[in-house]
Amino acid sequence: MTLPLRVTPTLMFGSRRALRLIERNLYVYRRTWIVIVSGFFEPLFYLLSIGFGLGRLVGNVPGPGGTEIPYQLFIAPALLASSSMNGAITEATLNFFFKLKYQKTFDSILSTPLSVADIALGELGWALIRGALYTVGFLGVMVILSIGVSPWLLLTLPAALLISFAFGAVGMAATSFMRTWQDFDLIQLVVLPMFLFSGTFYPLDAYPDAFRIVVQLTPLYQGVDLLRSLAVGVVGPSAIVHVAYLTVMGIAGLVVVSRRLDKLLLK
Amino acid sequence: MAALSHVLEHRAVQYRRTFRSSVFSSFLSPVLFLTAMGLGLGGYVDRSGGAALGGLTYLQFLAPGLLAATVMQAAAFEATFPIIGGLNWQRTFHAMYATPLSPRDIALGNLVWMAIRLAMIATVFTVVIIAFGAAHSPLVVLGIPVAVLTGMAFGAPIAAYSATQRTPNKFNVIFRFGITPLFLFSGTFFPIESLPGFLQPVAWLSPLWHGVDLTRGLVLGTLGQNPVAMLAHVIVLTTIVAVSTWAAVRTIERRLVRG
Repeated sequence: MTLPLRVTPTLMFGSRRALRLIERNLYVYRRTWIVIVSGFFEPLFYLLSIGFGLGRLVGNVPGPGGTEIPYQLFIAPALLASSSMNGAITEATLNFFFKLKYQKTFDSILSTPLSVADIALGELGWALIRGALYTVGFLGVMVILSIGVSPWLLLTLPAALLISFAFGAVGMAATSFMRTWQDFDLIQLVVLPMFLFSGTFYPLDAYPDAFRIVVQLTPLYQGVDLLRSLAVGVVGPSAIVHVAYLTVMGIAGLVVVSRRLDKLLLK
Repeated sequence: MAALSHVLEHRAVQYRRTFRSSVFSSFLSPVLFLTAMGLGLGGYVDRSGGAALGGLTYLQFLAPGLLAATVMQAAAFEATFPIIGGLNWQRTFHAMYATPLSPRDIALGNLVWMAIRLAMIATVFTVVIIAFGAAHSPLVVLGIPVAVLTGMAFGAPIAAYSATQRTPNKFNVIFRFGITPLFLFSGTFFPIESLPGFLQPVAWLSPLWHGVDLTRGLVLGTLGQNPVAMLAHVIVLTTIVAVSTWAAVRTIERRLVRG
């Protein structure tokens, strides 16, 4: 039980040292800011293409609570959820692995007063800041195109960040077990089917019962359903379940990653 | 020709060690995409908007487009990291240049290898299309070379550009602002007639649209309905490949000779 204790205090009070890592990343990206900016356009292109282009052919689909909603409103929150997942996963797997194994960024950071927990928190904090920028941008587009109008929409921001947190922490934990770049295909093996089948593009009633239950257990479905019910404004008790699920998932990932990093970096 | 085959041999030996990782992307991903988008989402499209697809089911409409688009994405990847790796990271191209191979052999050998990789991906995808029952003509087999041609219309110019780069920083921009929008707006997921009027001529500029339209004509056997347009597609794509292959030979040569 010492591990969660070691992680939670920094989590709750914030370690000022972890901020140094965020500052470092700001400096690094000052030269390649276009990479950061470009991340905003990906979900936007998907929204315009699948939501509006294909959406014309789809018409209305059953949304949360069974009421028919326009396809754009159905897919926009799902795209936000999956881009939160994808953004966090990319940062926490490929980029994290590169810094860990090749650039040896963390080894040099550890020669300063920063601790392993500071690194985990700092990297996660950075991923969340990026996620927050994209989410605000995407929500702005949703409002301008008047796709979502529910006052609950405001809660989409923390909810999307929760998704980034959960996937970022678990992604980092998984990365700490990776040996080569080829191992990352295993991550794709999990992420791509989740992206396609978690009720992102169409309602779950297309599935047989058994498969629907499996899908409902996936973390992306939790996120998609949470954001969708907020965007549509039909919020029920299931939202609490989703929030709890994602929170536990993120904390579990964080515990694993700080234990693993200790081993990998300090051994 | 003999010299070129040594480059191919090198790439093949290299590929044998890492092919495991490409199995997922080239086989499973078309199956997953066609199941989710073609069948899952397609159910909703067919229910309400089938007329816009000219009587096709959404699966039939999507499959050929996705074939061309998938090959395009693979080409973009093959034309960036392996090229910059050969010229900057592992410097295998420089090593080859130290042998009797000429820069031209090295450039063409790598482009031919790219075409072979794309043909493998296209073949697997075509088998999946047939298994899904989305092919309507024996001409579906010709979809493979056409998809490769489409892919090379991206692979060759991007390779020419990659050879001028020393870091991969700009690649992200190519993928995000080039490949992804083309993937989404070139008639792959919905007919370009559904785009706002002013955007339709823009879609004609997309090499992917030419590839998608041509592949669709072959897979569905509707080629004969508009033979002139189909011929135009072939001419556009072949011209792009020819010009940019020349450009790629030039840029790779320049990097090898002048450093």
